[in-house]
Amino acid sequence: MVTLHINDKEVQVAEGTTVLEACRAVGLNIPTLCYLKGINEIAACRVCVVELKGENHLITACNTVVYDGMEIYTNTPKVQEARRVNVELLMSQHRTNCPTCGSNGVCQLQKVASSLNINETINYPHFFRKSLMEDFPIQRDDSKCIRCYRCVSVCEKVQTLGIWDMVGTGARTTVGVSEGRTISASDCVACGQCVTHCPVNALRVRDDTKLLSGLRGALNNPKKVVVVQTAPAVRAAWGEAFGLSPEVANEKRMAAALRAIGFDYVFDTNFTADLTIMEEGTEFLNRMQHPEDHKWPMFTSCCPGWVRFLKSQYPDMVSQLSTAKSPQQMFGAVTKSYFAQKIGVDPKDIVCVSVMPCSAKKAETEIPNINDAAEGCKDVDIALTTREMCRMIKAALIDVEALPEEEFDSPLGTGTGAAVIFGTTGGVMEAALRTCYKVLTGENPSADETFKAVRALASDKPWVEATYNVNGIEVKTAVVNSLGNARKLIRAVRSGEAFYHFVEVMACPGGCVGGGGQPIHYNEERAADRGKVLYRYDANNTMRFSHENPEVQALYTEYLGEPCGHMSHKLLHTDHTGWQMPPAKKYDSDVKH
Amino acid sequence: MSRLSIKQESRAQTVVEGLYKDMERRISASPSGICPVDTTSAFLKMCMTQSCGKCTPCRVGLFQLDQLMDMVLDGTATVDTLHIIHTTATAIANSADCAIGAEAGKMVLRSLDGCYDDYMAHIKSQSCKAKLDMSIPCVANCPADVDIPGYIALVGEKRYADAVRLIRKDNPFPVACALICEHPCEARCRRTLMDAPINIRGMKRAAIDGAGIVPPPERMAVTGKEVAVIGGGPSGLTAAYYLQLMGHQVTVFEQRSSLGGMLRYGIPAYRLPREMLQQDIDCILSLGVKVQLNTRIGTGAGEISMEERQERYNAVYSSIGAHKDKKLDVEGEEAEGVMSAVELLGKIGDNCYPDFRGKRVCVIGGGNVAMDCTRSAIRAGADKVMCVYRRRIEDMTALPEEIQGAQAEGAEIVELHAPLRIETDSSNKVTALWTDPKQIGIIKGGRPSPVDSGKEPERIPCDIIIVAIGQAIDADPFAEAGMPVNRGTIKAALWTAIEGVEGVFAGGDCVTGPATAIRAIAAGKVAAANIDNYLGYNHTITLNVDIPEPNLKDRDYCGRINMEERPADERKHDFKLMELPLTEKAACQEAGRCLRCDHFGCGIFKGGRKQEW
Repeated sequence: MVTLHINDKEVQVAEGTTVLEACRAVGLNIPTLCYLKGINEIAACRVCVVELKGENHLITACNTVVYDGMEIYTNTPKVQEARRVNVELLMSQHRTNCPTCGSNGVCQLQKVASSLNINETINYPHFFRKSLMEDFPIQRDDSKCIRCYRCVSVCEKVQTLGIWDMVGTGARTTVGVSEGRTISASDCVACGQCVTHCPVNALRVRDDTKLLSGLRGALNNPKKVVVVQTAPAVRAAWGEAFGLSPEVANEKRMAAALRAIGFDYVFDTNFTADLTIMEEGTEFLNRMQHPEDHKWPMFTSCCPGWVRFLKSQYPDMVSQLSTAKSPQQMFGAVTKSYFAQKIGVDPKDIVCVSVMPCSAKKAETEIPNINDAAEGCKDVDIALTTREMCRMIKAALIDVEALPEEEFDSPLGTGTGAAVIFGTTGGVMEAALRTCYKVLTGENPSADETFKAVRALASDKPWVEATYNVNGIEVKTAVVNSLGNARKLIRAVRSGEAFYHFVEVMACPGGCVGGGGQPIHYNEERAADRGKVLYRYDANNTMRFSHENPEVQALYTEYLGEPCGHMSHKLLHTDHTGWQMPPAKKYDSDVKH
Repeated sequence: MSRLSIKQESRAQTVVEGLYKDMERRISASPSGICPVDTTSAFLKMCMTQSCGKCTPCRVGLFQLDQLMDMVLDGTATVDTLHIIHTTATAIANSADCAIGAEAGKMVLRSLDGCYDDYMAHIKSQSCKAKLDMSIPCVANCPADVDIPGYIALVGEKRYADAVRLIRKDNPFPVACALICEHPCEARCRRTLMDAPINIRGMKRAAIDGAGIVPPPERMAVTGKEVAVIGGGPSGLTAAYYLQLMGHQVTVFEQRSSLGGMLRYGIPAYRLPREMLQQDIDCILSLGVKVQLNTRIGTGAGEISMEERQERYNAVYSSIGAHKDKKLDVEGEEAEGVMSAVELLGKIGDNCYPDFRGKRVCVIGGGNVAMDCTRSAIRAGADKVMCVYRRRIEDMTALPEEIQGAQAEGAEIVELHAPLRIETDSSNKVTALWTDPKQIGIIKGGRPSPVDSGKEPERIPCDIIIVAIGQAIDADPFAEAGMPVNRGTIKAALWTAIEGVEGVFAGGDCVTGPATAIRAIAAGKVAAANIDNYLGYNHTITLNVDIPEPNLKDRDYCGRINMEERPADERKHDFKLMELPLTEKAACQEAGRCLRCDHFGCGIFKGGRKQEW
């Protein structure tokens, strides 16, 4: 233990604690902007400065480690003035248009400025103009950037992609795509972790709500049938934008809100999550029947960020991806074939919208060979993020709390407990194992207990592994979230240190619940809490197994035939080699391109 | 009223003079990679302050250029802007009344011509190509990427053995480098902004003096792969050390009778005592490296051919160095008493110390090797030692402290004299060096050239002449073995591979031409990493040493502690180490001056120090 004094009060903290953590331990909240624990402790913004007794030069609380006898003052006039001036300096280069800014209310600069009683700034405003507004899911506005470099660190350290970098030198140094590339020509996977870690909305996800709202929006076009699907993880987080608990802002109120906005059919991606299990599970069992014909492991393919990662970083492993489309894309394909037929509408007159916790899903809808349902139209037309959906609900002046709960529509609105956990790390694996167990043994496993080991949310290891012996067949599985961890796992697999049959990968930390499209909270990682919400949904569902989804069974009987059959292959599977990803900036040394 | 008064500097002017000094140091410590457009713009502002305001091109032209440069930097310029900059700068250069304007105009033109791509990037994509590669200046300037702030902090805490271990992660010659490294790390030390660069080599010296013998880390699992290293100098032994650590079996082939290469056969013992060099070599060999001394490459008796090595070993690293001397090409060069630096220092390396008692010695050359020869000749008992150089003392490439050291020991530097011919007596023994006195002239390629002075040739009576004008590489056996040779050096890629020759790598002096020990060491490290990959592995060299947290105390301005030497009168009589160690007190004070760029500034970005390679 280390003993120090903070504002003349004796404090004891563990060795290695930073001044910031020590201050927080005694309830002193020091403002920060660039600080991101363990990832970006670079002391750039100089907003967390404190005074060290006896020394002139102020020190940063965020990355200074305490020592015995240290005497810290957190709020002397000198500290206050330095903090205020530094925030004012940052504001001089930050285009403040708070009312129309996507981060209004959650912006950390706004919060810090108002907490420091900064009412007007003394500095001459000067905005940078190097904005990156390509037609790509991730967009950047240089006139908002406060150059905290959190995006650079998150991409480099958590995702190991290094898409962002410090660009230029001197007073005009800013953030840009590394190696002088444009973002669409880079190996950016569009996961959006840079966006959810941007404190000021300099980084944002492309806004597609205008395609729906307004007089010319699809929702107001009487010729169009607008169908919406919502991903599992959305229901666990959307209430955060309204300050509501997940119990109040549940999936049924979400369905009601979407209906109130004007969607004609409100469906659930959980339906196609169950369908994905039928396809991907069958594909896996087929591959297991002839293990010598396949390279192992087989990887899940629901996460578009992950698919983009594998295609750019390890192109020689793309054949190991499941050919099953993601639930979003299966939903689009089913909507514009089966469902269109059912309601007797030309698929071209259906607008298929998805609400996803994800920014990469926007890129997924644009994959050139992803559309299989009908000629001349996309399977999924518009992919929105959770945040975009929340903005639409707000703009429609809906009082969420007062909404009565409503059910999803049928026939694409029913999902099992196995489907809802798709939104969290380990969920796809568990759902698949539940169904594979049934196929191999003829009986259902215990939904709560049998495959608990793959629930990776609380793990501090790079990945979680579990081996199961089902009816004499040994299945080695692994679950990994974040691309940095995925890279570690792949390196272990490639070097022969590890072997698995089936690996689930989700690009975002914690899985989709921590996705790049989810509500943003400065320096709070809420994935674990949201994951628990999904497990509650699972536990409370009367159906726990994908193969028991009655609407999925109906789809097979009425339309598809059997899993991995002819129709499935046409609509629900895809050729991952049919499109190009820009190559990686740096390869692992054993990767041949 | 008096007719005249004495000039006196105003108080403000004194302050400004101080600021100039600070800025001079600041510029000298500029990190590399700064945007050339931004730099030019800043220099231009400085030039504007110096304009007297009389003539139009300087007063108005520089102001206009400054506005235009800002447009480029702000991303509002077009290609037309560049044309205007060029036209304006040309007019200023051609028509300003004095050098203040004309030189400023030329500076902008030089920048525009030489860095055109950077200007265009700002214009076309509103982006800057510049990338600071000097977040930790000392590490960035060290060819081998040694963790300098790390070991300085460890020395400050008297954890000397940890410091040596940390150095060895990137450089297996901590002892040799502590004594003889040319310390490029100090050139851009950020401490220079405050007062003077850290004495980094001195910090390493303190580490090795304090640590004593430090065993190497444990060897990794044996791989069964065999690597041949040709040449047991710093580069070859570095590659051998890391490859052996990685579990491969290395055999070093050395044509001389001892290991060490130029560290032994090029650097005299008074700078690097043999027993101290041996500490590094012993540590390297203790890992199980096999050595074959007195083995030349070639096809003759007792020699091993290149082909044979390629067949017997999974990979070959060629690091034969540069041990061939360059000739003066003057009359009398074959006379008795004329020797090359390589010959003299090579003999000393094998402990055959020459006896120059009663002799007058002329050393020809102005580099560090010339200084080594000069000072060795003094130690060999020569009556008089003269170092003859065709340019001025300030143009010598030798380190200033070497020149001053030689002078203190009694050497006479004969500047501005080019060797003309060597005079011999009837028995072909040297009697004098005839020189052509020069005067300094036009600057070519940044160096002033010696030109005819119109003076008569001069005769410098002497008995021994040592030619120290550079070394060459004996690359013939390699060329014969089909390896690419270019202007006498082996052609290898920056990653040390030789194109078209599978499994053969090369580095060190034999690729770069005569250079420094630390560059040779760096090449050995690069070769080890790439040979390991070539052999199908990806071993990482890493080390878990906790680096002390930086001191948070205010930084006082403080002078740099330099290395001290034994008194000239004492040291010039022997070949024992002439440099004195630092006291613990001095080492701690100097370590405390380090600004810890690994923690403060950009050094902490993206996770800070490189923990492994």
